[in-house]
Formats: sequence, structure tokens, C-alpha cells
Amino acid sequence: MSSALNLSHEPVTKIASGKLTMWAFLASELMFFSGFFGAFIVLRNSNYEVFKAGSEQLSWVLALVNTFILIGSSLTMALAIYHLERQNTKLFRAFMGLSILGGFGFLIVKYFEYSAKYHHHLFPGQEEHTIFFSFYFLMTGFHAMHVIGGMIPMAYMLFRSYGKGGYPYPVKVETLGLYWHFVDLMWIFIFPALYLIFP
Amino acid sequence: MSTSTLQHGSAAEHGHDHEHGHHHDLPWYRKYVFSTDHKVISKQFMLSSLFFLFVGGAFALFIRWQLAYPGQAIPIIGDILPASWATNGVISPEFYAQLLTMHGSIMIFFVIIPFAVGMFGNFCIPLMIGTDDMALPKLNMWSFWLVPPAGLIMMAGFFTETGYAAAGWTSYPPLSAQTGLAKFTISGQTLWTISVFLVGFSSIMGAVNYVATVLNKRAKGMKLFDMPLTVWALFITAIIITLGTPVLAAGLAMLFMDNFLHTSFFLPDNLVTNSKYFGGGQPILFQHVFWFYSHPAVYIMILPLMGIVSDVMATFSRKPIYGYKAMVFAIAGIAFLGFIVWGHHMFQSGMNPLLGTTFMLSTIVIAVPSSIKVFNWLGTLWRGNIQFSSAMLNALAFVSMFIIGGLSGVFMASAPVDIYIHDTYFIVAHIHYVLFGGSLFGIFAGIYYWYPKMFGKMLNETWGRRHFFWTFVTFNLTFFPMHILGIGGHMRRIYDPNVYDFLKGLGGINETVTIGAIALGFSQLILVGNILWSMKWGKKAPRNPWKANTLEWAAPEHPGHGNFDMDITVYRGPYEFGVEGRQDDYWPQWEKGASVTVHHHTIAVADDTKTFGAH
Repeated sequence: MSSALNLSHEPVTKIASGKLTMWAFLASELMFFSGFFGAFIVLRNSNYEVFKAGSEQLSWVLALVNTFILIGSSLTMALAIYHLERQNTKLFRAFMGLSILGGFGFLIVKYFEYSAKYHHHLFPGQEEHTIFFSFYFLMTGFHAMHVIGGMIPMAYMLFRSYGKGGYPYPVKVETLGLYWHFVDLMWIFIFPALYLIFP
Repeated sequence: MSTSTLQHGSAAEHGHDHEHGHHHDLPWYRKYVFSTDHKVISKQFMLSSLFFLFVGGAFALFIRWQLAYPGQAIPIIGDILPASWATNGVISPEFYAQLLTMHGSIMIFFVIIPFAVGMFGNFCIPLMIGTDDMALPKLNMWSFWLVPPAGLIMMAGFFTETGYAAAGWTSYPPLSAQTGLAKFTISGQTLWTISVFLVGFSSIMGAVNYVATVLNKRAKGMKLFDMPLTVWALFITAIIITLGTPVLAAGLAMLFMDNFLHTSFFLPDNLVTNSKYFGGGQPILFQHVFWFYSHPAVYIMILPLMGIVSDVMATFSRKPIYGYKAMVFAIAGIAFLGFIVWGHHMFQSGMNPLLGTTFMLSTIVIAVPSSIKVFNWLGTLWRGNIQFSSAMLNALAFVSMFIIGGLSGVFMASAPVDIYIHDTYFIVAHIHYVLFGGSLFGIFAGIYYWYPKMFGKMLNETWGRRHFFWTFVTFNLTFFPMHILGIGGHMRRIYDPNVYDFLKGLGGINETVTIGAIALGFSQLILVGNILWSMKWGKKAPRNPWKANTLEWAAPEHPGHGNFDMDITVYRGPYEFGVEGRQDDYWPQWEKGASVTVHHHTIAVADDTKTFGAH
């Protein structure tokens, strides 16, 4: 097979395949969380009082802090991409590191929140609040898993950037950035739904 | 990343036969096990699906034995069954419920979807759009390697306290959410949930890859409307998977938490059970979430086969497919409508009847694009030069069985009729007419059609026809009488029909069905035998054995990594059969040449007369 074959051409859509796949995957993710939100809307309407009582137990201050951490992390991610595209490896490392740190910060705050809930017996299987806290742990739990899922490749990219020539694939970082922004965006929806809307 | 597979220029010096030699430097496990070559992955999907086909089939035969001869010991193997399955060779009621669940789940999630989407998606898409591999070959590899663990997890239910999952393949709560076990207990039901979640994730990984591949990697000159209908169907199916499967995943996550962590998404207030829990949930909510995926899923299971059957029919009728664009839009229409009809599974679930009417209307509308497809297939056959190869026979069976299954679908779609026939064997007959008579015949057609390109050998035609004949006869013997059973009132998930007086008269039909089912099961051994025999002793396949037009036949007899040994440029649509002004009755997409179109007829012309234009 000679190298002259014309099969491996530029992407027809001019969008890198990895990025296109990520967009399709994000559509999929959106439907995944839509399933939760749909169920949330239905059961909230049929358990108004329980959701009200549950919502009041949550600390919106911690969640607000987390919101800013996550938005900040999204910003540093965008800056990391910006600097990698301009081959500025040092700043790429700094901003990528900050993004990962943001992820950690988010999870640490989450840990404090979860352990407080545990101490106050605010988890499913209790006499009261069960249905609300079912949703609380479902939605924030899956969101936290998505945060962890994003941090692993980010850490890998940061690690690789210390090798010779830095991290060589700006498109991959950009693709991961799409995912990271999506995780951020999902939090923007989960935050008001659970913490802010007092019936 | 795919460019690198083609850049090993040194391979050229090995000559034509060894031109794919460059991947000999891969270790064996990268070539046959963890391969990123879409054709190997496709064969892996084929192997695992065939394996599960026989597992699911064996479960079905257990069910059939119990229905035909309730309370009688299973012959031959009855004595060696484990104690949790059967006492003195008689299937226990608990195991019967598990059989129904596992038969349905395995056949849907581990046989039909992996066959239709995994196997054909992987094999056909890159070859038919004329490219070297998927857009993301590694992701593709992982999408397969989630399937075997998922299958093992589901089968591992056997080792749990309660045995396999037993709430039906639909796993409706509260039955599935309230197992009466303590928190953090692994049961067959939790394993079922994890398994389906994993296999769904595998589907999504495959599907997003298909979308990117079709959009990004089409050969030079290939517009979207130059794609064969197989690729169109798989592309649209991939979109359904992308948007539908995650919703099921959300429902499964909630169901898993209800089981494992004792949340109560689907457990209502005041449910009387033997264990403590706190309600507030809604069982019907699960049905909404479940069917939002699982209705589109029936189109995931049939649309790819519709595409395949279209290609097979055009090739063996030696005629252009009738109404190519109408076919594409019909697929898209079915896919869209598929998302707004899920409520027709819930007419009798306590859903608002007014909502039922809406779902009834949207469901009946699906008959329109489906009929467009059927009429176009008939139009393709009309006055064609039909060759009854095994692939064509299976394709014809697909169309005729799909008509029967589709028509019985219209019965159930109308809510008043459904009141009478819901949860009876009429439903069982319907689903098997579309899933076996439709999908599986389509899968057989695809296997007979592409086997030469997959393995470089021709399948034995005589045994292919015998397989078709036996399958077709025993299939109808098995499933047609089920309509009568259903109208007679035979319930769908009943353990022992003899406990009801009004069902005693149906015993003869039940026996007929069981005899048919056993014969149907054994007929499939012919296919497996043929596949294995031909792999070793089959005739060597030529490059284009069916004289077809699509790009996969431009590839070498047994294509290696990288697929093609020549430049691929697409000059025309995929169905140019019987073009005037040409000696051959077919005109491959990759062959250079000019033509004009006059009243939908293509006429080949010499290049310099192109200026006549189209009138």
C-alpha cells in the first residue's frame, strides 16, 4: 500500500473528528442529565413539601462558592488552550494546573457538604426527606463523577506537557475543554434546581 | 491517527499480495484481541452476538418447554440442571421469571443491537464510504470491549442470592426496585442494571464515532446523498442511540439507587412490602423514562437492517433502488416519530387516557414512512432481474415478515384494541415478527451478503438456502400461532397455562409452537456450521462477487488494515444498475465516466458529450 492513497483526507466538515465526536457525546450527556431533570420536575411537583423542607437544609453558600470555583476553572481551561495553541508551554502548565486545582477545590467543598449531610442524617432511607435527598445525591453525585472524569485526562495532559516538546495536541485539549465547560454548565443548572428554588 | 496506518510506504515493495504486511509488526493480541481495525471489531461483535444468540435461544427453549408441557420434566438435560433452576427436572416458577427476563435482555442488548449496530456499523460504514477506518479507532475498540464484561455481569446474576434478574426485560418498578434485600446487597437485579448501563455506554461510544466518521471521512467526491442506504440507516440509528440511550442510562441510575441505596424514585407511598422504605416516588415515571429510550430502541434494532435489505435488494434485482431519497427521508421520519410515541407501551399502565390518544395518533402515523419503505422495496423488485441468492431470500423474508409484524403493530397502536390484547401472546407474536422476522432475517441477509468481504471466502450457497428455508418455515410455525394464542387470551408472562380453564383448549397450539421453536433453534446451527466451514474450505471470493456498485467492493478480496489498495473517488450514486449505453448492467461508484439523466434514467455518455445537460 503506497502512501499515495487519497483516503486520509482532511475532515469533510473541517472540524477535527475528535471534536465532532465530543459534540455528539455532549448531546448524549445533555440527554442523560435531562432524564434526571425530567424526573426531578415530575417528582418535585408531587412532593412539594418534602422538596421545600429538603431545599432549606442545603447550604447555598457552599454551593455558590463551588459555582465560582467551577466557572473559574472553566476560564483557566480556556486560557490553557489559548496558550497551548501559541506554544506557550509554561503558561499552559500553569493554567492547566489551576483548572485541575479548581476541580479538586470543587470536590473538597463537596466532601464537606456530603459529610455534613451524613452527620445530620440527611440521606435516603430516612423517615423524612428521602425523596429530596435521593435527587440531591443522584444529581450532585453524577455531576461530581463527571468532574473526576474530566480531571483524569487533564492530569494526564499536564503530565505529558513536562515531556520533550510539551503537550503536542492542542485540539485534544480543546476537545477536553468542551467537556469541561459542559460539566460547568450542568452545575449551573443543578445549582438553582436543588439549592436556590425555594417553593 | 488513522493516517499513520497508510504511511508505511515500505510495504509496497512486498508486492500486491502482501501489501497489508505493515501490520505484521503488531503483536498478536493487538491484531486479534485489542485491535483497532474496524473489520476485526466487527467480527468480534459477530462472535459475541452469535454466542449470546444461542444463550438467549436456549433460555427461550426452556420457556417454551414449560408452556407446552407444564409440570413435566425437561427431557435429557432435566436432571443436570442446578437446584435453583429446576426441581426434578421441572422448571421452578422463580427460574421461569428469570428466564423471561434474561431471554429478553440478552436478545435485545447482546444480540440484536450488537449485530445490527456493532457488527454492521463497524464493517459497513468505513468500507462503504471509502475510508481506511473509523474516525476514532481506539474509541471504537473500547466500545466493543465493554460488551463482554457487561454480558458477564448480567450472567453473574446466577451466583447471587436471588438468582438472575426476574422483573422482565422492562424491569418495571416497584417489582424491580424493591427486592426486599438490605442496603448494599448485590442482587441479580442490580447486576442487570449495571450490565445494561455498561452496554448502553458501549452503544453511545460506538454511535458518536459513527456520526463523526460519516460526517468527516467520506471518500473524495462522495456527497451525503451518494451514500448507500445502509450507511444512511446506520448514521440515523447512531443519532437515535446518541440521544435516546443516555435517557435509559438516567433511568437505570435511579433504579440502581432504589435497589442498592434505598432511595425512592420509583417507590410510591403506602406500598405494602416486607421491608422498610419511605416512598414519594412514582412507578410510572420509570416507564416513561424507560420507553423514551426503549421505543426508539426498536428502531435502533430495525433501521440498520432496513438499510441493509435495501442494498441487498437493489443488487439482486439489478435495479436502482426505487425512490432513494424517499427512503432516506422515511428513515429519518421513522427516527423522529420514534421519539414521540413511547406512551403506546403504557396504555394500560394508568396513564391519562387523553395522553393515550395523542400517543395513539403519533404511533399510527409511523405506518406512513414504514409503508413508503415497503412500497419502495416492492417498486425495486418490480420487473427486476431477480437473483434468488441466500442474501436475497433473507431480504425478501425481512420485507414480508416486517409487513406482518407492522400490521399487527397497528392493532396495538390503537388504544381500544390494545385494551383487549395487551400483555397477551399477541404482543409476543408481534415483537418476534419484527425482531426475529424483521431484524434477524435482515442480519442473516447482511451476513450472507458481506461474508465474502469479511472473510475472503464465499459462503456455501446450498447450505445458505437450506438454512433460510428451515428458518423461514419454523419461524412461522413458531410465531404465527402466537397471534391465535393471544387472541385466545393467553397471558404473556404466565408460568402455567393449565391453571386457567379457558386456556386449557390452547394446549395443542402451545405444543405446536414449542416444536417449531426447537426446530428453529436447531436450524441456526446450519448457519454457524456454514460460517465456520466456509471460513476454511469455502471458495475464494472475487473482489466484487455480486457485481454491486458500492465502495466496499472496490476493496481487495480480503482487505487488511487500511482497507483499500487504490485511490477512491466517487463519481455517482450507489444504485446505478442497468444504465443505458454501458455493457455491464452495473456501474460502480468508483468507476470514472460521465452520464446524463433524462427523466430519472441515467444514460452513460462519452466525456465530451457532457454538454447535452439534463432534460
